[in-house]
Amino acid sequence: MWKWLHPYANPETSYQLAGRLQPWFTGLSAVLLLIGLVWALAFAPADYQQGDSFRIFYIHVPAAILSMGLYTSMAIIAFTGLVWQLKLADASTAALAPIGAVFTAIALFTGAAWGKPMWGTWWIWDARLTSELILLFLYLGVIALHNAFEDKALAGKAAGILAIVGVVNVPIIHYSVEWWNTLHQGATVTKFGRPAMAPEMYWPFLLCLFGFAFMTAAIVCMRFRTEVLARNAMRPWVRALALQASESQEAK
Amino acid sequence: MTTSANLSYSKLFNLVLKRDLTIALRHKDDIINPLLFFVIIITLFPLGIGPEANTLARIAPGIIWVAALLSTLLSLDRLFKSDYQDGSLEQLLLSPYPVFVWVLAKVFAHWLITGLPLILIAPLLAALLYLPEQSFVALMLTLLIGTPVLSLIGAIGVALTVGIKKGGVLLSLLVLPLYIPVLIFATSAIDTAGLSLPYSGQLAIIAALFFTSLTLAPLAIGAALKVSTN
Repeated sequence: MWKWLHPYANPETSYQLAGRLQPWFTGLSAVLLLIGLVWALAFAPADYQQGDSFRIFYIHVPAAILSMGLYTSMAIIAFTGLVWQLKLADASTAALAPIGAVFTAIALFTGAAWGKPMWGTWWIWDARLTSELILLFLYLGVIALHNAFEDKALAGKAAGILAIVGVVNVPIIHYSVEWWNTLHQGATVTKFGRPAMAPEMYWPFLLCLFGFAFMTAAIVCMRFRTEVLARNAMRPWVRALALQASESQEAK
Repeated sequence: MTTSANLSYSKLFNLVLKRDLTIALRHKDDIINPLLFFVIIITLFPLGIGPEANTLARIAPGIIWVAALLSTLLSLDRLFKSDYQDGSLEQLLLSPYPVFVWVLAKVFAHWLITGLPLILIAPLLAALLYLPEQSFVALMLTLLIGTPVLSLIGAIGVALTVGIKKGGVLLSLLVLPLYIPVLIFATSAIDTAGLSLPYSGQLAIIAALFFTSLTLAPLAIGAALKVSTN
């Protein structure tokens, strides 16, 4: 396995790999999202209690799942980068953080828009909402730290350490917030124990989830490629690439 | 050099601790200013909220703890900054001793300088906020176990931002979300004590946070310092 992975420590090889993967991810996500969203928004049965407004679920829940998954994967990547001193790992930390932050923001906004008709309020200091908000702060911290460094190699390392520290804290924060909420107000919040879903609701949800996941993968590939290019701007292969691009433009 | 390389860990710890304390005692405003900040913030709350004893007593634990968080944050900057600027931080990193030991010594010194005075003055401020009498012990205990956690976690943030010119605001963005668990359990312990209920569970969790950060934070601080001094 290591022999197979080893070539990808080279920026050029992994740049090209990301370039090859990107159209696949883009195509898959476009197909899945198209089918999933049309099915979810137009054809899936309305919820017997919440009516049509429950359809925001098909965007809200994938965004929430991805917001947490991306933070975890960012921390795992940062950890491998720290242990094996992979420079590319830092580049992918930088590529992941803003995407995760956007998904967290989407989850919060769609949650607020869903909460208004359902709970009658935009915001509740519910454990899940609060820990999602704190997750957003953690993401913004990573991004801000990354932007604060002039030297991008250092920036990636520092942001990676912060991501690891954050991921150790995320479960602690989550459980402390859950505990805090039950202590302070107990049963005022109807907790969202998701009911066992009917299959005709579940399938479009799965399609949407994987559609968003592949979309994330495509954006990560794109951002990763630009990060790699920016970090290796002085390398001969990047120059050759730039020359090629400008020549083909002139030919047109 | 070969003779000085034979320092035992405890001796190293004591040396760094003594050095930091001496430096701090020669810059007394570094000790007094965060403390004044703590007092002023707490005075602002009754002015903003109104002097009703019941309201103030209800929110006193939160106010005291949030003020403690902020004043710790304010004092964190001096933990590594001057050492970074005069190069002694790099010397320490280059020394043959494990980072773990001297980082712990520095954080301990920071806590002695900023955490301890805060604990000593807290009962006075709690009295100003009409905190119920049965909560005082809980307040002191949570501050005693909780403020070292603040110093340890904060040190990670400082270590990450020490090389950045305008790191102050950034530091608060990095560190404050990580302070949330301590805040939650400390205030809930004090609230529970106010109802004359046992609060040992919350204390145990704060102690667990303390030991977790005591073992893990120095590793992160060391890694972050290596990045910052690069």
